[in-house]
Amino acid sequence: MNAADLASSYDLVVVGGGPAGLAAAALAARAGVSTVLFDENPGLGGQIYRGIASTPVRDRAVLGADYWAGEALAAEATASGALIATGATVWSVDAARQVGVSIAGQARLIQAGRIILATGALERPFPVPGWTLPGVMTAGAAQTMLKAQGLVADGRTIIAGCGPLLWLLAAQMLRAGARIEAILDTAPRLNWLAALPHLPDFLLSPYWSKGLALLREVKARVPVIPVERLAAGGKDRLEEVVFTSRGKQHTEAADLLLLHHGVVPNVNLSIAAGLAHRWNDRQLCFEPVLDRDFGSSIPGIFVTGDGAGIAGGTAAAERGRIAAVAAVRGPRSDAPLPDPQIFRQRLQREETGRGFLDWLYRPAASFRQPDGETVVCRCEEVTARQVREAAAMGCEGPNQMKAFLRCGMGPCQGRLCGLTVTELIAAQRATTPREVGYYRLRPPVKPITLGELASLPIGEAERAAVER
Amino acid sequence: MFRRWSEKAARLAVKIDGRTIEARDGDTVAAAMLAAGIGHCRTTAVSGMPRAPYCLMGICFDCLVTIDGVGNRQGCLVPVRAGMEIETQAGKREAGQ
Repeated sequence: MNAADLASSYDLVVVGGGPAGLAAAALAARAGVSTVLFDENPGLGGQIYRGIASTPVRDRAVLGADYWAGEALAAEATASGALIATGATVWSVDAARQVGVSIAGQARLIQAGRIILATGALERPFPVPGWTLPGVMTAGAAQTMLKAQGLVADGRTIIAGCGPLLWLLAAQMLRAGARIEAILDTAPRLNWLAALPHLPDFLLSPYWSKGLALLREVKARVPVIPVERLAAGGKDRLEEVVFTSRGKQHTEAADLLLLHHGVVPNVNLSIAAGLAHRWNDRQLCFEPVLDRDFGSSIPGIFVTGDGAGIAGGTAAAERGRIAAVAAVRGPRSDAPLPDPQIFRQRLQREETGRGFLDWLYRPAASFRQPDGETVVCRCEEVTARQVREAAAMGCEGPNQMKAFLRCGMGPCQGRLCGLTVTELIAAQRATTPREVGYYRLRPPVKPITLGELASLPIGEAERAAVER
Repeated sequence: MFRRWSEKAARLAVKIDGRTIEARDGDTVAAAMLAAGIGHCRTTAVSGMPRAPYCLMGICFDCLVTIDGVGNRQGCLVPVRAGMEIETQAGKREAGQ
């Protein structure tokens, strides 16, 4: 598909082809509204169902039933009548509901009646010494390579961190024939105390038995070592992992270190669009402020799925449907729509038990607020020491910090340093992330060339705005 | 560091810094480079340190490479095509180059 094939407007634009976006687009298209779904990846599925239509890993036991549940979602969206555009990067959304999108190097501005942002989550930054070395990747990266390209880690692999996805990835890798030398478990022991009150709910949820089964499967084959600190070592690439377990230091040779400290909402597009956000202290991240239909502070723009707050893939699909009903009902109250109550009930079941996981796997402050020469902003190579010193000197917030140190001004637009910088400033100045806030972000949220911008059609209003 | 689960996908040839590499249909540029054992795909603009893809989902921007003459493409988002020419990026871009 070319950018030229897009209409100039759609009743509904869905950004993101993961479970939330797929469910939303399918529902809206079946209700008869003109719907387009944009995803920047070559295929549908987002992260959790990555490669769902094309994975080389055909043995369904490897990736598991929860992964293959995405097949129906993708098929439903594709058959629904929605226009599905993969390889389509949305770089701008504004309050007038104009969507800037690029396909194969050609940019278009599309007017949307309603917008549903379903850009999902990204891995929480995990800054440790040496994390920028080649050979250090996120757990999600290894999972992506397994799902989308059928690539199996083949050297000395160590996984470090905590969170339910870590166990799922380890199980999938083992089933695919990878060997994992060790799992370095960073979950603080004391987390159990905060998690315990949530245990009854957790035992009622589907996560309980699935989680236990995964844990057993992995622990039977991989040593799990509790660690308080870890570092990646090597000259130009990873050669070893140095870690402290129960006060004693150990060194393990390694070719691949996979880091995981849970996932956080991907807020770059929603912040750049001007939506209000707030700090979630239980999940230690920023998320958009939403009503019960996932409507944001800007009328006509919804945020759904994990981008609305972390709740997992199955919850994301139900959230997508709830948002789609509200997004369609606004402009087209006559459209045949399902009653969202059934989705809300299913969603509530999916969200039960998340509290236990959030508290059990809450990363230690020492990892969220590093010190010394640990790189915090990977793009601009700003260290934790530099951020702490600037904060101590009087720098009050991340936007001021940009002027001091350039942190957050690299191509990733703060995706890998934002939370760390906010938490460091809060820690150093004895205040809270809620007070400190986050980077101010503006479009484009993904790189576009001057040629793409220049090729956008110029209307009379645009011309009148700049000509004298 | 990575091996293929299945050999069924069609092979295709791409060039990385002038060297021909065998990739598979369905690879992204970043995945093809990792599968080929390429150590790093760029050196940083600030200090020239080597970087390889970190997140493989379009978030980290460490997989930036030049593809068919266009610089700063996220290799993890671009599917390989036969005959594609990929160049690793060294340091910061100099004006006029």
